[in-house]
Order: sequence, then C-alpha cells, then structure tokens
Amino acid sequence: MPAIKVNGEVRVLDIEEDTPLLWVLRDTLGLVGTKFGCGVSACGACTVHVNGEPVRSCSTTIGDVAGKEIATIESLATDKLHPVQQAWIDHEVPQCGYCQSGMIMATTALLAENPDPTDADIDAAITNICRCGTYSRIRTAIHAAAKNMREG
Amino acid sequence: MAISRRKFLLTTAVAGSALAVGYVVLKPEEDTRLVFQKTARGGEVALNAWIKIDASGTVTVAAPRAEMGQGIYTALAMLVAEELDVDWKSVQVQDAPVHQVYANREMLRAALPFEDGYHQGENTSGAQFMGWLAELLSAQGTGGSTSIRDAWEPMRNAGACARHMLVQAAASKWNVPASECLAADGTVSHNGSGKSLSYGDLATLAASLTPPENPPLKNAADYKLIGKAVPRLDITDKTTGRATFGVDVKSDGMLYAAVNVAPVMGGSLKSYDREAIVKMPGVVAVAALPTGIAVVADSWWRAKKAADAAPVDFEDGGNGDLDSEGIYQLLEDSIKSGDPFTYRDDGDADKVFENAGDDVVASYQVPYLAHACMEPMNCTARVDGDNIQIWMPNQAPFLMRYLASRIADTDVENVQVFTTYLGGGFGRRAEGDLAEQAVRIAMAVPGKTVKLLWSREDDMRHDMYRPAARSLFRARLDDKGRPFAWFNRIAGQVPTKSFTQRIFDFATVDMPDNTSSEGSADMPYAIPNLQVQHVPVDLPVPVGFWRSVGHSYNAFFTESFMDELAHKAGQDPYKYRRDLLEGHPDYLAVLDKVASAAEWDLPMNSGRGRGIALHESFGSLVAQVAEVSVMPDDTIQLDRVVCVVDCGRVINPDTVVAQIEGAIVYGLTAALYGEVTLKDGAVEQGNFPDYEMIRLNNMPNIEVILAPSGRPIGGIGEVGTPPIAPALANAIFNATGKRVRELPLSKAGLVG
Ligand code: FES
Ligand code: FES
Repeated sequence: MPAIKVNGEVRVLDIEEDTPLLWVLRDTLGLVGTKFGCGVSACGACTVHVNGEPVRSCSTTIGDVAGKEIATIESLATDKLHPVQQAWIDHEVPQCGYCQSGMIMATTALLAENPDPTDADIDAAITNICRCGTYSRIRTAIHAAAKNMREG
Repeated sequence: MAISRRKFLLTTAVAGSALAVGYVVLKPEEDTRLVFQKTARGGEVALNAWIKIDASGTVTVAAPRAEMGQGIYTALAMLVAEELDVDWKSVQVQDAPVHQVYANREMLRAALPFEDGYHQGENTSGAQFMGWLAELLSAQGTGGSTSIRDAWEPMRNAGACARHMLVQAAASKWNVPASECLAADGTVSHNGSGKSLSYGDLATLAASLTPPENPPLKNAADYKLIGKAVPRLDITDKTTGRATFGVDVKSDGMLYAAVNVAPVMGGSLKSYDREAIVKMPGVVAVAALPTGIAVVADSWWRAKKAADAAPVDFEDGGNGDLDSEGIYQLLEDSIKSGDPFTYRDDGDADKVFENAGDDVVASYQVPYLAHACMEPMNCTARVDGDNIQIWMPNQAPFLMRYLASRIADTDVENVQVFTTYLGGGFGRRAEGDLAEQAVRIAMAVPGKTVKLLWSREDDMRHDMYRPAARSLFRARLDDKGRPFAWFNRIAGQVPTKSFTQRIFDFATVDMPDNTSSEGSADMPYAIPNLQVQHVPVDLPVPVGFWRSVGHSYNAFFTESFMDELAHKAGQDPYKYRRDLLEGHPDYLAVLDKVASAAEWDLPMNSGRGRGIALHESFGSLVAQVAEVSVMPDDTIQLDRVVCVVDCGRVINPDTVVAQIEGAIVYGLTAALYGEVTLKDGAVEQGNFPDYEMIRLNNMPNIEVILAPSGRPIGGIGEVGTPPIAPALANAIFNATGKRVRELPLSKAGLVG
C-alpha cells in the first residue's frame, strides 16, 4: 500500500500503484483545488509540488511519488495568502479560474528557484495553458510577486 | 429583403411554441419573491426575486447567469448594490434557481432580423414578442453577450425596490414620514432623531410590504459602483483553489462515470459485454447510451480505465466515409449551386455584375473549431424516484431542466438544477448532451449521486463545433476606387438549426438565421449595390455556438476582402474604410482612435507590417490594429495588438478590459492553430498537443482602450474575438504581400 505525504500529512492509500496522483488528490483525498485539464501532461492545470519541484500530477503515478512530499494549492495560504496569490488578486488575473491553481503552483516553484525571473525565464518555465487568455496578467503578477518576495 | 419579418416571426413562433411544451405557462399572480425565498438559509429574507438579506446585513444577489470567467456575478451584483445602497463588502452572489422571472429576454431578441428596429435600440413589436417568448420558455441562459443588456433595467430596479421597502419599513417602525429617512451603506437613518437601523434589522418587515411599481433610479452621475473599478467577488476563491467548478462537486458515497462512445459522427451503440465490464475493478454499473456506454465506478480513474477497456461495438450511422476534403468540396459546391437565403439586398448587385468588368473576386475558408473549455465536460446527477437533481457548469439551466425531465419522464417541476462555476463556456456549455447522459446514467443507479466526467479526448471529439465555412466575394469599384457593388455568398452549416435539432429531432426545416450571416449582412460600409447570401449546408457534424458564432468567420472574410479592395484601389486600408463610413460617426470614432493609438501613419521597417480591422458584434464596436514581424525562417510573429472598444456604458472597466484581452487570445489561437479535421467519419484531434493553444511564450502585447460613447449598452464577452483574425491577416499582407484566405495560418507554414 503506497504511502505519500500530502500537505504535511502522511496518507496511506489502498489503491492501485498506477493510479495518477491527480485522481488520488481529487477523488480519494478530496483536494479538488488541483484540476484536470488534459490528462497527458500538456496543459499544466494539475501542477503540484513533489519535493518542491513542479510536477504534472495527471502523468505521475502514485507509485512514482511514494514516500515523497507533495504540496497542493490548498497548502499555499497559511495564516495569510501566499505573495503569489496576493499578486493574482491585486492584478485580477483569473477569469474562469480553472487553470489558475496550476499556474500559481508553477509560479511558486519558479520563484523558489529563481527569485527574479526574466520574461524569457517565465516563458520557459510556465508552459501551462489558460484558455481564457489571462497570460498578460499572469506575467505582470509573476513579476509583482517576485518583487514583493524579494523585498520581503 | 428576401425574408419578410412576418415570415420570420412566424417561424420563430412555431419553433418557440414547440419548445414551450412541458413548460408551465406564465402565472401572472405568482409572488416571484417566493422563488428566491425558497433558497433561504440561516434566516435570510428575500425582498424580491433578486435580493436576500440576513440579520447581519449580508446581501445575497440571485445570479441567473453563468459565471464562466466574464465576471458576470460581480457585474450583476453591482447593478443591484448600486441602487440598494449597500456596502460592497457585504454583498455575495448565489446561482438562481430556474424560473421564468430570470428569463434572458435579450438572448431571444438578438435573433430578430437585422432590419428590425430593435437592433437600433427601439422597442419594436418583435422585441416585445421575443421578451414574451423568453418568459414563456423560462429562457434562463447565458449567451450572445446579452447578460448585462438584459439585466440593466430589472436588476437595478430590484435594488431600488428593495431600498424603497427598507426605507418604508424604517419609517413605519419610527412612525415618521419616509421622506425623512435616508438609506446609505446598508443602513437607514432618520434625519431628525438620529435613529438608525441596519438593513438586516429591517429585512423581515420590509419583505412584508408591497413593492413600489416604478421606483426612481439614480442618475448616472451619482453612481458609486457602476463604471468604477470594483473588485471581483470570485477572484480570491479562484486563487486559493476553493472555487467550486462542476468537476469539484462532492457528495458522500458519490459514484463516478466515464464514457466510451462511437467515434464516428452520428454513430451508435451496437453491442457490449456487460458481464466483462462489471468484473473490472471498482465497477458498480454499466449504462447503455444511444451513442455508447457509460461505466459507473467508485473512482473516476477506475471508471475511465474500465470504459477504455470495455468490449463494445458501434454502428457508424453511414458516416464512416466522411472526411474534411469531402466537406470542403461540399462547401465549394454549395457556393456554386446551393439554394441561398438572402440577408441583404441593397440596390441591384446582380444587374451591375451582368455587364463584365474588372471585378475583384476572392474565396475564403475556415475550418471547424472546438471550444476546448479548460474544464472538461461534466455533469453530476442524482435520480431519486421522480426527483432529479443536477449540478452542472452550464449556460442554460432551463434547457437542462427540460431535457432531464424528458429523459426521466417526469415533470420539469421535479428537476432542480444547480449551476456551479464554469471552467470556460464559450457556447459549449449551452448544450444539453452532458445533462442527458448524466441523467441516463443516474437512472441506472437510483438514489446515488453520480459524477459524469469526460476526458479531454471525449470533449474534443464530441464537441458541437464552430462550423467550417466558405465565402465567395465579387466586387466592382467605381472610378474613385470605392466599392460600387459587392456580392458575398457564404456557405456552411447553421448553428441554430443544429442546436434546435439536438433538442427536437423534427426541427429539420432550414430557416433564415442571423448566426450564419452576422458580421457580413449587417456591415456598416456604404456600398450602393450590396447583396449578402448564405447557403445552409447539411452535414452530420454537430455545430454549435462558439464565442462570437458567425462573426468569428464573417469578420475574417469581410474585413480581409475590404483590405483587398483598398489594395486594388491603391489606397490606405484605414482611410479606405474611413471613406465608407459616412453616417456612422460612432464607427468612425472607434476606427480613428485605434489608428491614432497604434500610430498608424508611422512608417515601419521592412519585414514588419500593420493591419487594421473594424467590426461590430453584439451591439459593441471594436477596432484592432495588429503589428507583425517576419522572422528569418519566413514565419510570422505577432508583436502587438491595439484594440479600441465602444460598448456603450461600462459596468466594471477592468473586467471589460480582461474580457477583450481574453477574446483576442481566443481568436488568435484559432487564427494561428485552430483546425478540427475529420477522417473516416471521426475527428482526428484529441488533445492539446494536436489542438495547439497560445501560451505565455507567444503571447503578443495587447493594449485595450475603452472608448464608451452614448450608444446603448453592448455585449462584451465575445466582441474582442472577431477582428483579430482579419487584423492579423491584413498585417501579414502588409508585411509580405501574401494574402491569407484560409485559416489557420499554421496550414500555410506561417507559424513558427
Ligand atoms: S491535466 Fe495534467 S497537464 Fe493537463
Ligand atoms: S482563467 Fe480560465 S483557463 Fe485560465
């Protein structure tokens, strides 16, 4: 029985090892903030962190992440919102909002690695799809969040 | 005009009356306040069908329109809160139940013929008829960029009525004249005594009073919310993962369903091995559908695996040979020999073209497109005896209610529809296929809640597509180079007919329909001899409403061809259009503004180009200038888009800008990559790798300028989409001399 650590909590699962992490998070653990968009690693809606790295959970099996630490959008805000979330609100990024959990998780992972990304860094790191076309605001919000985080 | 208004209204009335079967006819005496009161929780009191107030003063606004990213929950609440005079922080929104009080009258009115005075802001008899029909059908839908136009009067009115009743309640409590009482920020206070009571304290008494007939509404100069940058109500939940979309609906003991349906258009279920499927891990039930099977399991992943592995056979419905080549050929043949409807016939274009001349002739073509909403299609349903509950991200709850009742053979009154947030809609979520499937599946596991979820492949292969279309133009210029005669014949499937047939299979008659010729027949340019026709084509590919519908292709066709004429006349494309807009000062203003904002007259380096397009849709005027660069490998890069919008009054400016940005990306994605093709009767694309999207790395710079004039309020959700393809194509011509007459650009090797 695979055991994983999700948002700080150890979960032992009675489930086939080839089940994608996405469906375990959503349907078994009820963490529905992580979204299903394509199931084939092409859109990024399902992005979570595995040991701090951004990972597309639709294409990662539960067997792949046994014993690893997983963080989802639900873990981001503690007593207050994460600076990336705050930037998203300040710039009114979301439209339908469906892609935004994935966008935000991809962004927090990027900023943890690279506190001052250039536009090219952003283009290379954030390849998620937003069908509502919120890209300009995403870029603006990433720069704003990065600045706020650098300046503490 | 080839179509008389009477004939049009008659056909609409027949179709409408057919749709009315199964509906409760208007009950004039009904207290519509109770409709919203029935949804009350925790001591909430409804003051009318739109407003509930609880003891703490929290105001809940009924939102009968779908929130699919366009910010409509916020905008509707702003209309109410403005007149109610309540603190914005105490306002929240709840999806409205299905009822005729929430019918979208404007959605039906938009279908009136182009020449009906309604489109110029008059209250015509046709408009009144459509309003009546909307109520009869309880046409509670979100589409045609109509939400604000429809809600502008009734929702401000609801706020003003409630405010009046709250003031009356305070006056009667204090035994003072109402004229001495003042309502502001959720509190009524008395001038002389300094007494005050909150709306929460007054709600119960206020609800028992008779609403005023025509409460005075504020002057625009006094608006505190309308037109101001009001923070959207849904943004925080959409950054924390807490917003509930259809896929997120949860219920104890919920089951999950996945489908395996005939890949061929119009295909059906032949046989399947139920015994083999129920033995698969987690499987609880198998439901037969007309087009295939659904597997119900204890998790979606297990349901999906079982559905994929299920032994199942299909009939191809005789469409196994259908392919894109044949479809494009049929469109071409239909232009030549089809039987068209004429949507505009000014002067006598036929006669002009009888004599041979130096005509400009061109044909354009666009492919089928998928909606590809980010949230894959889904619907959760529970059938318990006669009672049906549906939780669904949908754009037409009245239709879902009707279809569910028909599948389960029960009364519409027994069906409850709950509308969640929509992870994109774009017209796809006005379709009832998911609701029908979900109810069929739920009937196989009575008393259980089942969440039906399609995979991305299911969605892309079983969409109701934006029609493929072809357009032929012929124009003759006068001695000044102006178009003296213009003939345009479009051919393609008609979304309204396809949509109606999915609800009533007997609706097979071709009727005149704006959605196929909009953006072409109603163009503003002064051309003395002007004929626009559309040939309806029948094909087994289901087509539907796709963000901006007919405008999405007619804008590309007409605004590209207009550019061809400017080139033929040897004139600047901006000034050429300008000269044809006499009598249209509002169009001119938008065009001039975009030209100056984009610095149209500044020369560009070689290898770069600029294109312009102007287009009216859904009551709003939009002009765009696109700037492109030719890359060393001869592909095109879109650098910048400048966009000017006149949508009449703006409710929430930032939301309007966001919608335009998004609509440009939507249109651009289609122009660059969008193409759904068929082979052996089935759609070839399945997922994003083969149906590519704009992403951050190829996102152009977009500048949106709002230039609201005194026009009547126009739509916003769709209007940014139509002009981008022609602006881009015209820029490519400017940069390369190559005229793009077919989309997507990737087909011509123009996309890197
Ligand atoms: S759902 Fe995982 S990348 Fe799209
Ligand atoms: S906000 Fe709708 S998909 Fe990104």
